[in-house]
Amino acid sequence: MTQPIISVRNLHKWYSGVHAIKGVTLDFMPNEAVGLIGDNGAGKSTLINILSGLQRPSEGEVLMEGKRADIDSPRAAMDHGIETIYQYNSMVPTMSIARNLFIGREPLKFSLFGLGVMDRKKMAEESVQAIADVDLHLRSPDARVGELSGGQRQGVAIARAMHFKSKVMILDEPTNHLAVKETNKVIEFVRGLKALGITGIFISHNIHHVLDCCDRIVAMARGEVVLDKRTVDIDMDEIMDVL
Amino acid sequence: MKRLLKIYMEKPELAALVLLIVLVIVFQIASDGVFLSASNLRGILGILPEIGLMVIGVTILMIAGEFDLSVGSVFALMPMTMAVLLADGLPFFPAFLAGLLVCAAIGFVNGYLTIQFNIPSFITTLGMLFMARSLTVVISGGFPPLLPNDLPNWLFTVFVGPGDLFRMSFIWFAVIAILASLMMSHTNFGNWIKATGGFLPAAKAMGIPTARVKIAAFMLCSMLAGFAGMIQVLRLGSPLPSIGEGWELQAVAAAVIGGTALAGGIGAVMGGVVGAVLIRVIDNGLVLSQVDANWFKFAIGFLTILAVVANAWLGKRAKSIKVETSK
Ligand SMILES: Nc1ncnc2c1ncn2[C@@H]1O[C@H](COP(=O)(O)OP(=O)(O)OP(=O)(O)O)[C@@H](O)[C@H]1O
Ligand SMILES: [Mg+2]
Repeated sequence: MTQPIISVRNLHKWYSGVHAIKGVTLDFMPNEAVGLIGDNGAGKSTLINILSGLQRPSEGEVLMEGKRADIDSPRAAMDHGIETIYQYNSMVPTMSIARNLFIGREPLKFSLFGLGVMDRKKMAEESVQAIADVDLHLRSPDARVGELSGGQRQGVAIARAMHFKSKVMILDEPTNHLAVKETNKVIEFVRGLKALGITGIFISHNIHHVLDCCDRIVAMARGEVVLDKRTVDIDMDEIMDVL
Repeated sequence: MKRLLKIYMEKPELAALVLLIVLVIVFQIASDGVFLSASNLRGILGILPEIGLMVIGVTILMIAGEFDLSVGSVFALMPMTMAVLLADGLPFFPAFLAGLLVCAAIGFVNGYLTIQFNIPSFITTLGMLFMARSLTVVISGGFPPLLPNDLPNWLFTVFVGPGDLFRMSFIWFAVIAILASLMMSHTNFGNWIKATGGFLPAAKAMGIPTARVKIAAFMLCSMLAGFAGMIQVLRLGSPLPSIGEGWELQAVAAAVIGGTALAGGIGAVMGGVVGAVLIRVIDNGLVLSQVDANWFKFAIGFLTILAVVANAWLGKRAKSIKVETSK
């Protein structure tokens, strides 16, 4: 039995009165693509936000490769190799692609207490490479992200996650408001994670998208996991029943 | 046209620079050549650093997505603090540091309250505008203390340069403007400021300490305003409690005229500098051209609105020019 890359143990989250997550226990295996589905307000984003360091759990713990991980900030999550791609929150539209790729992790020529002069040449070169690696065709890394289409933005976010060699990539509804062609691109990409040895957690409201590219489906409802099965063993009725 | 739009989007300060050059030519003609005379330039360049230093801080803070309306009051409070300490017999440099410390504390309070209680900085710093001004008058005791004679004016206000064209303060201004500009474009801290003001949720999600970035920007802004106020007091030779009144709005106007976006994320220190020069040039040029000087505020207001409208319009145009895929 291989060791799970992320284990969530008895996780609870209360928001002033709302019990958003009610004792979730889950394992994510290395190299696995997991689809996370569930109705609005089921607690998917809350679970993901805890893994990506945006929120702290009220109770329970998270293990990374068997070791207790204290993910108390987005930075800590990234340092653990967890990259998260949100629907809206991933990019700063007023900044260039190259700058966006390195926000918070700028390569520095020299630094003092973490502040220093950026290696802009390296940033330019590596961003060209990173964009090419995910098969995005953009004219220049100096273009502002605000000028990109929704799909291209997700592409850049994905390129960033790849560039920083993440072990786990979480995508929270990355296909919302995307055209069919761009959605397919994102799905294609989730499929491709396996070949790269990256664990993917893909949240979507579209069950077909999830079935299309994930090995395993986890369904949540009202803060609890109500279904957890391999995609091959699942039939649609079952999913409809639990949701 | 497309190319021009692209250039404008990348360097919004260029439009202000073009306008500046045009105005200089107009004023030069309208004033029968007096405008660019050495004595007039000496006047403009003497006052410029005082508003200019303030504008640098305000511009950076606006890029970080916040406002500071208290800079005009801090401009007066810092030199008053110094003057009171000097009158008590403290030497210049300790008094100077104490003054800057007061500014840093005010900037910290502005930033901390804004972030901790999630209130618009417009309100926090509006409150600080009144409090800092009031403190200035209170500590002056209603009667500004006399400055000692042995102040290091050689470091701040003496005339230097070819033909004694500018004061030492201009060198401070130029050096700080260049350093601030390099900080914004070349350091990771500058990147964080732009990200924080550009889109806060993304900056947070990428692990940038956005609260600290904003507080640092508030503190920098206050300290530059206070430093500018000290320079003015050394130039005038007396710490008046009323200096800097209304300057906070001029500083915002300068930043906006220089292409800084009100919503944050977009702007450049050099844009703010050009905006500050424009304001000084208009002020001085109107007087020299024998136009009623009361048109000054009208011109500043008009330019501010023009800049915002132009940015909105051009932004829309630029968006319609997609970055094509090279497939
Ligand atoms: N920051 C917050 N403060 C208070 N309540 C919150 C907060 N975030 C989420 N909640 C509540 O927690 C519950 C779970 O929300 P969550 O966003 O995790 O659901 P979700 O499964 O991601 O839903 P969706 O499919 O709509 O994205 C909801 O009842 C929601 O109202
Ligand atoms: Mg959600």
